[in-house]
Amino acid sequence: MEEITKNEVIEDTVEDEVPHDKTVRLMSPTRMVVRRFFRSKLSIVGLIMVVGLFIFSFLGPLIYTEWGEIELDESGKTEYSISETTYTVNGEEYTIRQTTEKSLKDNFLAPPSKEHILGTDNEGYDIFVRLMYGGRISLIVSFIAVFLITILGVILGGIAGFFGGAIDNIIMRLCDILICLPGVPILLIISTILDASGIDAKYRIYLLMIYLTFISWPGTARLVRGQILSLREQEYMVAAEAMGYSTSRKIFKHLVPNVMPQLIVQMSLSLGSMILYEATLSYLNLGVKAPYAAWGTMINIISTNQDILQNHLNVWVPAGICIVIAVLGFNFIGDGLRDALDPKARR
Amino acid sequence: MAEEKIQEQFDTEAILEVRNLRKCFPIKKSFTGKVKQELIAVDNVSFKLKAGETLGIVGESGCGKTTLGRTILKLHESNGGQIIFEGQDITNLKSSEMREIRKKMQIIFQDPYSSLPPRSTVGGILSEPVEVHNIVPKSQVKDYVLDLMDKCGLRDYYYERYPHEFSGGQRQRICIARALSVNPKLVICDEPVSALDVSIQAQIINLLKKLQQEMNLTYLFISHDLSVVKFISDKIGVMYLGSMVEFGTKEDIFANPLHPYTEALFSAIPQPDPDVKMNRIILKGDIPSPANPPKGCRFHTRCPKAMDICSEVTPEYRDFGNGHCAACHLLNKD
Amino acid sequence: MAKTNKNYLSGKEIRAIARENKKVMKRLEAEKYRKADESEYLTQMKNNDNILEIDELNTFFFTEQGVVKAVNGVSFDVPQNATVGVVGESGCGKSVTSMSVMRLLQGPTGQIYSGEIRFKSKDKTGEEKVYDIAKMPIADIHKIRGNQIAMIFQEPMTSLNPVFTIGQQLDEVTFIHNPEASKEDAKNKSIEMLNLVGIAMPERVYNSFPHELSGGMRQRVMISMALASDPRLIIADEPTTALDVTIQAQILDLLRDLKDKIDGSIMLITHDLGIIAEMADYVVVMYAGKVIEKGTVEEIFHNPMHPYTIGLQKSKPTLNSDSDTLYNIPGNVPNPINMPTHCYFKERCNKCTAKCSGEYPAMIQVSPTHFVACHLYDEEQ
Repeated sequence: MEEITKNEVIEDTVEDEVPHDKTVRLMSPTRMVVRRFFRSKLSIVGLIMVVGLFIFSFLGPLIYTEWGEIELDESGKTEYSISETTYTVNGEEYTIRQTTEKSLKDNFLAPPSKEHILGTDNEGYDIFVRLMYGGRISLIVSFIAVFLITILGVILGGIAGFFGGAIDNIIMRLCDILICLPGVPILLIISTILDASGIDAKYRIYLLMIYLTFISWPGTARLVRGQILSLREQEYMVAAEAMGYSTSRKIFKHLVPNVMPQLIVQMSLSLGSMILYEATLSYLNLGVKAPYAAWGTMINIISTNQDILQNHLNVWVPAGICIVIAVLGFNFIGDGLRDALDPKARR
Repeated sequence: MAEEKIQEQFDTEAILEVRNLRKCFPIKKSFTGKVKQELIAVDNVSFKLKAGETLGIVGESGCGKTTLGRTILKLHESNGGQIIFEGQDITNLKSSEMREIRKKMQIIFQDPYSSLPPRSTVGGILSEPVEVHNIVPKSQVKDYVLDLMDKCGLRDYYYERYPHEFSGGQRQRICIARALSVNPKLVICDEPVSALDVSIQAQIINLLKKLQQEMNLTYLFISHDLSVVKFISDKIGVMYLGSMVEFGTKEDIFANPLHPYTEALFSAIPQPDPDVKMNRIILKGDIPSPANPPKGCRFHTRCPKAMDICSEVTPEYRDFGNGHCAACHLLNKD
Repeated sequence: MAKTNKNYLSGKEIRAIARENKKVMKRLEAEKYRKADESEYLTQMKNNDNILEIDELNTFFFTEQGVVKAVNGVSFDVPQNATVGVVGESGCGKSVTSMSVMRLLQGPTGQIYSGEIRFKSKDKTGEEKVYDIAKMPIADIHKIRGNQIAMIFQEPMTSLNPVFTIGQQLDEVTFIHNPEASKEDAKNKSIEMLNLVGIAMPERVYNSFPHELSGGMRQRVMISMALASDPRLIIADEPTTALDVTIQAQILDLLRDLKDKIDGSIMLITHDLGIIAEMADYVVVMYAGKVIEKGTVEEIFHNPMHPYTIGLQKSKPTLNSDSDTLYNIPGNVPNPINMPTHCYFKERCNKCTAKCSGEYPAMIQVSPTHFVACHLYDEEQ
């Protein structure tokens, strides 16, 4: 016991789990998330899918310049049609086969060949090239929409969460109302109005996406508000208050960075759903209109001709595959990010 | 001019004086926002704290000790009474006016895990308040922070590390360093060691004691652990259901507890000595809900010495000499 | 191992660890879910006075970062009609030991790797059998869990199901152990149990929901549930940590009373030395997954031998002491992965000698009941 009393004033050194080697690489929380993200195979697959689509859509048209988006293959095409007539004379059956040869201006519904990698559609446009341009539209439009949704959601959700009280009440009730609105019927109405007012086919999709933004921000706003409400209870926010930091510092230096991770997950997941929305709109002929290309309009071709659905798979299947890849890719990335941010939730 | 006048009014010796402080939380509101039912978390608490002293506040959960600490810091608005800090009445200051005073009073929390922002480095956490309050010129901030870290037993290369790399004890040291970075005069320690292991507790308590001497700090030490409070405090206040039942110097309170609750609290602590078989006063029943406290003396439902009067009349909180105050009818008999 | 100086594992290392873990986990899981005859896990007690003998128990957690040896060769006995206190800081493996005895480890990461847990059970006919709990298949564990061994948890707030009344939950215990019991019988038994734990209005509590009760009351209900099956051993894992001091005093008082009433043993797990001194007959001190000292309560408190036990006792401020600075053990509990081969306490020890860098010290017997694992006492052997 004597010895210990002597040693009572042990130097206040602290040995702990942090290595003493000062040169050890240190890792910020962000970098740890990135590491965990890349550890998952699924998220890498998602990343490859999305990056591949980007390269395909944005660099593709620069490299593959054989055909343009609205350039018809006017090399001509001969169409043969066979008609058969059967009639009976005196119990005997006669069949007359008649072959008509028709020379047409456009080379439509061409099968995949050297000239047209995926063939041409019913008008004579090159499908491969139109896939790239369609991808451009889909990606740009959905990125703009998601970006706007996030900005609106963060601002309104942040205000609601941080200040609370009456403002919170107003914003949240507004969210409730917007969530109640039936999306597609109103889209139909807006689309009709746009048709009537004769807006350029190229821009109408952007206007429609702005409407989508307007009805979609409540989801993000609710997420941000919930996050901020729970972060506000954290003691480090109380500590920031006790430190006498200004309101803007508390919001932008302490709250927003901690909401970011969940936001990024939400963004990547809603990118997928926005692409689907865009495709649906175009398919219903409400979005991008011919002659401009979009994945949705390219699938819509099947509605013009039963024959294409059965016999010309090269016309509409590639667009479908592109949509699936884009949506899956963004969802994989979103899931991967969520797991990386919260490794415990997986189990 | 007005300020000077006020200063004359107050005891200049005390760094902090609390007079009849009251804090209520609404628990039921009508549709129009009118408060229907209230939870009285802190009720009529008064005390004085001299510079350089440590006041320990003890009590069980729900007694309002944490609320008291946060109300003094004005993290909650008070609903009555006065808070006088360094001779200035800060009860009704606006939050912009409070900002200057904030750097003179700081707080250390119980949970070292949620009290550090996860996405900043230790250096960032510690230098932010220094920069915001202009404690030292910008060029000296890093040196100042490193010096502070050294004082708190943190190694210099922790500067660029993130809180998630540290254990509870280390994090608590970072919290202490953050609180001290603005050179406060008063530090409210809200159960700073309750979440830590015994051997780490001792380290943190010693550190707090050392820093108090070096930086001439005043502590308001909130804890449910009487033995810790006894170790670190000069004065002790015992709280029960929102009100102060006894207040006095450590020596007075331990040698001569006036209130039956204080007595019971002392005897309830298990002693790490198998030979000590003390005559334990075991209180009957549970702590009543603070939303619906009993009439009269709030302790009468569990008090082993309760009398008829206790359930009717709230006992007066009086000074029994040498600043030893208590509120109990037993003491008023003679 | 070569890369212990690195702060983070590379992806390659993590995959290697995962592969290794998967193999072991699969084998242990298969063992856990196998069907086995009773004779496979019947064994003999070393000392017939004991009710529970834990022998070289190893409980590991197979995590992504590596194997955490939460319980690393722990041995101690629980004698009949005695209270054994297990004390240690967070992460020392005291709770994992109790979970191993109850076989409540979260699979597949948490597994009993090796060792024996011998338990002397007594069935309804009064016949005594010794089971090795560590080798029992999980399907047979109901023979002892919940009726021969009962557990009281730390968190009384979450240990009760919020959608059932206290009565329903208490009756259920009776029905499980005695399926023939009528509703009346079960209720009578439940009320009797509530009476036993000192609940003033058992009828009212019987019909109330958990959220209507205070923390202390819920802990009493938990204790009564544990008692409802007449257990031979009660494991109390930090039963009072979540409670206030005055309520803690009530519960400790109750536990002490009960031990005399129920004719059983208590294994009390806590970090509070005060509770141990008051309640226990025997004390086991754990540090970083190992038992470092064990003995009777007098031996541990009056003649502590391991520097950690001494330090722990001195670093707790007491009401009677009047020193100016607290003694403190420097440093922190070591990281549970990649433990060194020398004494785990070496870095924090103030009596460390050259010998301490060598092998992990063996258990040395200093008195018939007192054991310590420290090189300081090597000569005494």
